[in-house]
Amino acid sequence: MTTSMPAVLERARAALDAVPDPEIPVVSIAELGILRDVTLADDGVVEVVITPTYSGCPAMSQIAEDIDAALDAAQIQPHRIRTVLSPAWSTDWIDEAARAKLRAYGIAPPSGACAARETPIHLTRRTVETVPCPRCGSTHTAVLAQFGSTACKALYRCLDCKEPFDYFKPY
Amino acid sequence: MTTQSHLTYVLRLADTALILGQRNSEWCGHGPALEEDIALANVSLDLIGQARMLYGHAAKLEHALTGVAKSEDDYAYWRDEMAFLNYTMVELPHHASLSGTAAANRDYAVTIVRNFLYAALMAEIWPALETSTDTELAGIAAKASKETRYHFAHSRDWLVRLGDGTEESHRRTQAALDQLMPYTNEFFAGDAVDDEMAAEGIAPALAPIKEAWQRVVALAAEEATLTLPAAGARLTTGKRGLHSEHMGFLLAEMQSLARQHPGASW
Repeated sequence: MTTSMPAVLERARAALDAVPDPEIPVVSIAELGILRDVTLADDGVVEVVITPTYSGCPAMSQIAEDIDAALDAAQIQPHRIRTVLSPAWSTDWIDEAARAKLRAYGIAPPSGACAARETPIHLTRRTVETVPCPRCGSTHTAVLAQFGSTACKALYRCLDCKEPFDYFKPY
Repeated sequence: MTTQSHLTYVLRLADTALILGQRNSEWCGHGPALEEDIALANVSLDLIGQARMLYGHAAKLEHALTGVAKSEDDYAYWRDEMAFLNYTMVELPHHASLSGTAAANRDYAVTIVRNFLYAALMAEIWPALETSTDTELAGIAAKASKETRYHFAHSRDWLVRLGDGTEESHRRTQAALDQLMPYTNEFFAGDAVDDEMAAEGIAPALAPIKEAWQRVVALAAEEATLTLPAAGARLTTGKRGLHSEHMGFLLAEMQSLARQHPGASW
């Protein structure tokens, strides 16, 4: 009995590693840091712990459905999803490999330090961050809009290659 | 031990976020520019998301207090006007003083000034709540703090652009500031609930929040070349459940579908 338990968790982890983010399918929910833990609860249920990105991120319910479907497909029963708020999700949790995937997909990855401490409330006009273009690498870029196609992205454009691109905002 | 004041405090935060989120979502599909349309929809999503987490927390507090089980939807759709405890400012329409309230008369300057005044407040309150003795509220605050920084940056940026813009944009932004400033009294008029929350370490004391808010608002107004009006003596009563004539119309729009089809899912 006890020897089979880690095997269940291993299968669960493998199934969950394959679940992509619904908005940015080149990275997984594990790589984004949304998937926090997979454990066996006291009542024998496989418990998947996730944390929301933005409070109003409309993808969270889709992510929960995708997790259910992946675990159902891997025949991991019973399972449940638990959402935790602390510690609050941060783009600092996105690792270098995932950042490279975002860049290749045309999204500038977030700057290393999360917004909570590095974007203080500016008492004077905001200084805009330098964001390298994910296509040509030029830092000659400008912000078009601080709110982009999803809650987590801002819209930029490259002044050298002239292409617009998404920037994954530090959060 | 859970108290009624604790529940009231969390509901005030939740209701204010929900009602402003509902108001701002009126711009969805009608924004003055595509980027602003998207920005306001994003801000609304954040606010409604914050409200959902806060209602979830309120439900636990209310259950501990009365044994009654409630859901997010019960709070949003099945309470009547006097049960909502939001600041009056957030329920006002996006219209200049004395204008009609047709959709075509919405004034973006009012939207921006209101979002700025509220974001400047919450940019002080949320970080303070991160160290609340209510650990679940602290968890919600950790997320909301980050979002509020973006809301603040957006509204402050536009406040300066409009205030220090054309003659027309300056005139309208100044009028919006004159119109809305008296409503900010309600932010800082503490009552027994605020005192009790501060004493228990659940919420910050209001006096230092007010001081910091005034400093931030005055600096922004100066950069926007706007004259900061006195808030005056008027005190609105939304957080005690007594609302302006605009609240009923907002609730009718927000609640009618849920009430026509109770318990519907799709």
